[in-house]
Amino acid sequence: MKKLLTAALSVALLASTAQAQQLNFDDPAEFARQREMLTAKANGPEGEPWVQYYGDQMADTTQYKKEGPYTICFSNAGVNNAWRVTGWTNMQAEVKLHPEIKELIHVDAEGSDDKQISDIDDLINGGKCSALIVSPNTTAALTPAVEKACAQLPVIVFDRGVNTKCPVTFIHPVGGYGFGIQAGEFVASTAPAGANVLMLRIVPGVDVLETRASAAKRIFKEKGLNVIGEEFTEGDNAKTKSIVEDYLQRGSIDAIWMDAGATAVAALEAFEDSGLPLPIITGEDQQDFLMKWKAEGFKAIAPTYPTYQWRTPVIAAVKVLKGEAVPGPEWVMPQPAISAETLDQYVNDKMPPLHHAMCGCEKLPDYPAAWGGK
Amino acid sequence: MIQETVGSAKAPGATNSGRLPKINPVFFVLAALLVAITLSNPNFVEPTGYMNFLKRAAPLAILAAGQIYVIVSGGFDLSVGSVITLTVVGSSMLLNNNADATWWVIPVMYAVGLAVGVVNALVVSYLRVPSLIATLGMMITLNGAAFMWSSGSPRGYLPDTFRFFGRVNIQGIPLIQFLPVALLVLVVVGLCLFWLMHRTNLGRLLHAIGDNPRAAQMSGVPLERVRIIAFVVSSLSAVTAGILLGGFAGVSTDVGVGYELQAITACVIGGAQLLGGRGSVPASIAGALTLTAIFTLLNFIGLPKPVRDVVQGVILIVAVVLATYRRNRAGRT
Repeated sequence: MKKLLTAALSVALLASTAQAQQLNFDDPAEFARQREMLTAKANGPEGEPWVQYYGDQMADTTQYKKEGPYTICFSNAGVNNAWRVTGWTNMQAEVKLHPEIKELIHVDAEGSDDKQISDIDDLINGGKCSALIVSPNTTAALTPAVEKACAQLPVIVFDRGVNTKCPVTFIHPVGGYGFGIQAGEFVASTAPAGANVLMLRIVPGVDVLETRASAAKRIFKEKGLNVIGEEFTEGDNAKTKSIVEDYLQRGSIDAIWMDAGATAVAALEAFEDSGLPLPIITGEDQQDFLMKWKAEGFKAIAPTYPTYQWRTPVIAAVKVLKGEAVPGPEWVMPQPAISAETLDQYVNDKMPPLHHAMCGCEKLPDYPAAWGGK
Repeated sequence: MIQETVGSAKAPGATNSGRLPKINPVFFVLAALLVAITLSNPNFVEPTGYMNFLKRAAPLAILAAGQIYVIVSGGFDLSVGSVITLTVVGSSMLLNNNADATWWVIPVMYAVGLAVGVVNALVVSYLRVPSLIATLGMMITLNGAAFMWSSGSPRGYLPDTFRFFGRVNIQGIPLIQFLPVALLVLVVVGLCLFWLMHRTNLGRLLHAIGDNPRAAQMSGVPLERVRIIAFVVSSLSAVTAGILLGGFAGVSTDVGVGYELQAITACVIGGAQLLGGRGSVPASIAGALTLTAIFTLLNFIGLPKPVRDVVQGVILIVAVVLATYRRNRAGRT
């Protein structure tokens, strides 16, 4: 039994180190680049980050110029979490602002690579699409399907990327390192040296999440903070609360760093239910966390992976079809963090608990009803 | 035969026709795990340690105590996870941030659970769909319904009146300092389900239809009625687990994911026979506590996640092998 366990342990350890060596989620150059971008000034109209961009490289789109009305097709990785629900609502509302768009055809891959590959195939073969928007489920698996689509019509990719430069543009916010830096630096500047930090993560192995964690760890190391653990919550409230309770039984936690804020309130409740003062915490722009922050006034920051990026592909698609230049091959947009100073702009008790506040949706048609607000 | 099965499923310590008591190995496994947890974290023997553990285990324990009814009767109920999700999402929608609505929202959710159980049983009994498929279909349907109802973003918070059952600790109790309400719920539900399964005729009938449905029917057991009760008990336990989980952790759209398999695993660790005819409520609750203890122990030891998954899998297989070994031996004597 003991031998078996030891053998199993070593196999698993080997497997996990091998994987870590294969992919590089800790790139100092990219870390430095994103850190710089966070404080840089973006081009484009003030107060409308969904049309802003960094740098000045533009993609020429004259070859795609076409008479309207347009049918825009969208292959969506899934609507399987609250972030994507808010984003998808943003996109549908954005379409209503463009009379040139006759129809938005939406296919939901329900989180499956295989389904998304055949979805894209069906959309191309259907022959109705003027342009194709893709939000890939995973990077490597979707690359060939996107390449195939590029040969036939203009393609715009957003959120997660693909390993090809063939799309007209790839729209995304600053990135995972940026998120990790914003959260990490807040903890590092608020907590005393040597403070105990618990890192709560959703799942291992996802590039945008791995880079968030590696950026934060780099900062914690620089500032001499004590990372007491790195735990995976699978985005589950009950699991998050249990993990934090277990840590609290063994020792004290000064700060909680999270790679995504969906379960931040559950983590805080573990402190409340144990009768302890609330820690320094990094969350996200989910409304339940903002409400709690406003009510309790603990030390926090909410970096965002803004859902307003779901508006941009529609805007880009219309521009491309009109032959207007768009930022490309990458369209990198601002990625603001909500701080104690800006909290009041985003907290809103009329919106549902899982709404993502950095949506840039307040002036869109049907706000707030379409987002579930009152 | 039926007498013998029901008899051996009694609580530990109950003597079996004059022979030495046969104690279900799950209780030893559980005790060993609790000792291991205490060794790795001495604070576990403090009330905050073991009470938090029991509070956390309560939803799964209740779920397993309900699931065992369906398993003993020879079926599976895979829809319980989706009933949990529907309970949390549905309550958040119906409550709509109104703390005073709790008193009618909870009965409504139990009514929904009742309906789900009845439909499951009718599909299995009259349309002759195997329970694995029937409840799988129900699971997909209910997950879809929860999503449609809320559009993936539930409208309301769960007010404190609703969260009372899963979150609140009654303070100031001598010796144990505090008592989680969830633990009270577990004790009450556990006792009711124990009594129903092991002290009434219904328990015998459940074992009979699981052991040999044909023979049971021929000897006049109302197959359909017993089956409806089994599925209804399972669904209602899932609603209860949903209320506790929503109370413990608040609104989320995927609370129930994976709970159906955990509940079945808990029953199997507790020595239940997967194709029916054998199983006990206390042993299933002990199975659920064992499963939660495994998770807790691995949290405390602080192994990296991949190693933890491997260890968890190995412990599960060992626990099930132990349960099967005991069953085979019991069969021979």
